[in-house]
Amino acid sequence: MDLEREFERVVAADHRIEPRDWMPEGYRKTLVRQIAQHAHSEIIGMQPEGDWISRAPSLRRKAILLAKVQDEAGHGLYLYAAAETLGADRDDLTARLVEGRQKYSSIFNYPTLTFADVGVIGWLVDGAAICNQVPLCRTSYGPYARAMIRICKEESFHQRQGYELLMTMMRGTRAQRDMVRDAVDRWWWPALMMFGPPDEESANTERSLAWRIKRHTNDELRQRFVDMSVPQAEKLGVTLPDPKLAWNAERGHYDFGEIDWAEFWRVVKGDGPCNAQRVAHRREAHEDGAWVREAAAAYAAMRERAA
Amino acid sequence: MSGSSWPLYEVFVRGKRGLNHVHVGSLHAPDDEMALRNARDLYTRRNEGVSIWVVRASAITASSPDEKDPFFAPSGDKVYRHPTFYDIPEDVPHL
Ligand SMILES: [Fe+2]
Ligand SMILES: [Fe+2]
Repeated sequence: MDLEREFERVVAADHRIEPRDWMPEGYRKTLVRQIAQHAHSEIIGMQPEGDWISRAPSLRRKAILLAKVQDEAGHGLYLYAAAETLGADRDDLTARLVEGRQKYSSIFNYPTLTFADVGVIGWLVDGAAICNQVPLCRTSYGPYARAMIRICKEESFHQRQGYELLMTMMRGTRAQRDMVRDAVDRWWWPALMMFGPPDEESANTERSLAWRIKRHTNDELRQRFVDMSVPQAEKLGVTLPDPKLAWNAERGHYDFGEIDWAEFWRVVKGDGPCNAQRVAHRREAHEDGAWVREAAAAYAAMRERAA
Repeated sequence: MSGSSWPLYEVFVRGKRGLNHVHVGSLHAPDDEMALRNARDLYTRRNEGVSIWVVRASAITASSPDEKDPFFAPSGDKVYRHPTFYDIPEDVPHL
């Protein structure tokens, strides 16, 4: 078919598919699912750090954290808007999230126990997100790629504020250093899981690569993240909790230990430490906001009648 | 779920004086004024713009990609609209 050949030509030439172009149904569905899950992750991702806004140790840290959490809300909204260009409906996407019918990144189902977690999230969780997201700036669907470009620009602040926070704590008291080490121990493995299942178990990778939605496999990105993080950990003065972590001169990469995939699937399927709490909180916020949405719509309708 | 969904707006931002407004994305808002405020919070958190336009997405008329050949054809064969069409000796300055 003519349209299909044109679509394949555009993708193969590394040009962008735009909203009004013809696209295969599978391409549209894959994108809606991926972008929606990505948007949900940004929105749910506000919660673990949001927990610490009122307890931040200084006005400076509070202002920074507030700005970061607000950015994450913005990221969610850019992405919902990109999903809508594919025909998705915003209310439907929200419903899918609060009814637990659509997933978000499992990393946000872990609790933030101390303020050091805020730093480690910025360093490792935003760091892993950056690894995932930088290649998506060249994804084949135009609105998604443009949203990712905006997001990536903002993420570098997120990672740097986290790392700076941790450097400050490492220069502090013994108790503060212990807090950082404890947070790194808890977040390192879940951060590695953020890249998704290993390539041989990742069902959709091959098709997504062919459509140039994805540009690298899960394992490639995970390796890149490990290679970036090890020297950063050394500079910080923390040990990553993996005895098998070692430079492999032959590969030119760090080797690392086996990820606990049973834990990964358990959390994905809903049995992480905070899954229920995160979704319930989002549902509550949505329901509590209903009267505001209704009042604003009623006010707009009244003004339109008067005009 | 409250089904009172707000209309979709397209957002255009002028990055700085001297540049055109450029489309940056979209958002939902109950009315024009709220669309403008939401656009400020969403798309210009870091001084990305000096001026914002918002317009209801339903008010936009667009060319369709399917008609791209005939629709843009009138400009396709007018190569003389481009400066490179003209041969000028290299030793003519400032041209
Ligand atoms: Fe984000
Ligand atoms: Fe972030």
